[in-house]
Amino acid sequence: MATKNAEALAAVSKKYEWGFATEIEQDFAPKGLSEDTVRYISAKKGEPEWMLDWRLKAYRKWLTMASPDWAKLNVPPIDYQDAYYYAEPKQKKTIASLDELDPEIRRTYEKLGIPIAEQEVLAGVEGARKVAVDAVFDSVSVATTFREELKAAGVIFLSISEAIREYPELVKKWLGKVVPQHDNYFATLNSAVFSDGTFVYIPEGVRCPMELSTYFRINAENTGQFERTLIVADKGAYVSYLEGCTAPMRDENQLHAAVVELVALDDAEIKYSTVQNWYPGDENGVGGIYNFVTKRALCQGKNSKVSWTQVETGSAVTWKYPSCVLAGDGSVGEFYSVAVTNNRQQADTGTKMIHLGKNTRSTIVSKGISAGRSDNTYRGLVRVAPTAEGVRNFTQCDSLLLGDQCGAHTVPYIEVRNPSAQIEHEATTSKISEDQLFYAMSRGLDQEAAVALIVNGFAREVLQQLPMEFAVEAQKLLGISLEGSVG
Amino acid sequence: MLKIENLHAEIDGKTILKGLNLSVNAGEVHAIMGPNGAGKSTLGYVLGGRPGYEVTEGSITFDGQDLLELEPHQRAAAGVFLGFQYPVEIPGVSNVQFLREALNAQRGGRGEKPLSGGEFLKLAREEAKKLDMDAEMLKRPVNVGFSGGEKKRNEMVQMGVIDPKFAILDETDSGLDIDALRIVGDGINRIMRKPDKAVLLITHYQRLLDYVKPDFVHVLADGRITRSGGAELAHQLEREGYAEVAA
Repeated sequence: MATKNAEALAAVSKKYEWGFATEIEQDFAPKGLSEDTVRYISAKKGEPEWMLDWRLKAYRKWLTMASPDWAKLNVPPIDYQDAYYYAEPKQKKTIASLDELDPEIRRTYEKLGIPIAEQEVLAGVEGARKVAVDAVFDSVSVATTFREELKAAGVIFLSISEAIREYPELVKKWLGKVVPQHDNYFATLNSAVFSDGTFVYIPEGVRCPMELSTYFRINAENTGQFERTLIVADKGAYVSYLEGCTAPMRDENQLHAAVVELVALDDAEIKYSTVQNWYPGDENGVGGIYNFVTKRALCQGKNSKVSWTQVETGSAVTWKYPSCVLAGDGSVGEFYSVAVTNNRQQADTGTKMIHLGKNTRSTIVSKGISAGRSDNTYRGLVRVAPTAEGVRNFTQCDSLLLGDQCGAHTVPYIEVRNPSAQIEHEATTSKISEDQLFYAMSRGLDQEAAVALIVNGFAREVLQQLPMEFAVEAQKLLGISLEGSVG
Repeated sequence: MLKIENLHAEIDGKTILKGLNLSVNAGEVHAIMGPNGAGKSTLGYVLGGRPGYEVTEGSITFDGQDLLELEPHQRAAAGVFLGFQYPVEIPGVSNVQFLREALNAQRGGRGEKPLSGGEFLKLAREEAKKLDMDAEMLKRPVNVGFSGGEKKRNEMVQMGVIDPKFAILDETDSGLDIDALRIVGDGINRIMRKPDKAVLLITHYQRLLDYVKPDFVHVLADGRITRSGGAELAHQLEREGYAEVAA
């Protein structure tokens, strides 16, 4: 058994179905990073003066900062001058209809199963509901669907580049308010060179009539993607938003440094789901995306609620802590996470729940699955401010190990400065059991199907938080990500 | 249907089966009895193909094919069902999902069409009803929080849905009260007492054999079958003990 295990582990070959590249002509910014790069990006996007100034301020700040090294990650130094910071497909600036979209790009999304025409629904899903999609290809948004229908409901859903031009007051009011420019090294870099992403505004009392989503695709070589997303839910509003991401298989590492800011006013609710499937690199750890992401929600209003759900299967390196600042009294923060690492992947991910308001509550459920020679770390902070009376938090961190050469780590930080708080933390680590595997196989499942079934069961509490269409996709993804991981 | 010849098997370098011979024909029910540690469960696991149970000598033929060549899931598709002494819990996976995926994987392995959700659910509910199991339990995670008796009954529901050719039932009677024993016994007769099927009952006690009448009873001691006979042998064992009869 031991030798069989070793052989199988050595032969681990992870299928990555999304690894194709699209052949199109693209415009690039000159290689490297300087004030000129920042000006180039801003000019390309036709931004107003205030936006350029904001970017330049961030860039100058970034020059004084150092890359953080506190995570349990082994990342070689990144040469920021050896990358492109902007790549856009060559096509007409604004397209009147999807028919004008470059057919190659269109085909790319078809292959990925992403519905960018409104009559389409998610590929392969029976009875799928309407999902509005913003499709971001390298540095630009190439299509946004259902815009008119959403507008009729009062919902603003467009790329952040357009929002800066069309709704400057709204953007100015909130951009950088949740994640300040100087927040951390990668957020500051993003503030200087962010390319595209999504802007959503749900007006007071409106329940967004459909799921909103953004699909990020990195295509160009040696190019970083700097996604910037801002979602504001006004009083009593509700929105469910999803993001997905993939990239071609390339031998070079590529940087994805995103900033996502969410704002929930009184009684508003935002449900934010991610299925992260960037290229993870090959079995020897060659290539793959470096995913350094700052995601934070400000529950500013009383009784507001933000729920983060993430399924992280991709990326060579993941550094990501979707957080909630629970400022409004009675506000609620939730974090549901499944992180899978296989081969040589490294993930250091978790959340921060910052309780400022009275009677604020948070729930954290983290499921880490490690296989191959990977390392998977949960890192989470629960902080209760002196002013925050009656806080409750429940945290559960479970780790599942496949094979004997991977690592699972749990690093909880708990800082309580108000004696009325009730904080619970539960953690387990287990190996996938031979009993379960044999039981499932003796009923007819082959090994891969048995592993996928058991792992999906392990992650169920999190998967059931996803909208139905994405839960199906996420379940398949977990199976594929772990193929060949048990001998 | 099943032919075991000179079977030697070991686990972690320790030899458990030491030259076991057994022939089971279609339409027959065989009972294997024997003292603790004789190798009864090992025989079940070897037939099921559990990793770690290494066959060092001998052969097992099932329906003319070499069973030892097949992976556990291929054995299942070929018609072999192993009822577990300690059915395993799988948290987060419902009975329905587990059994449907398993059944459809078997059907796929035989080149048959998968059952739709509706067809499967109908089948599973009927089977649960026949075994006096609340249909609500089908929605619960596999064996999680089930009592010992419920787990065994759940094994029988699985057997009924899968409808195998050959079942090895490892101490299916343990943990059952009198009523449950009768229901499970009736289930085994209903599902498996057919001219084209066969059963290998592994048990310590006579009591299951009151419900499922064996055609042959074998005594397994120290890795070998030391004595074979008809149903009356089980009674004799019950009266006189293994030490006396098997010696």
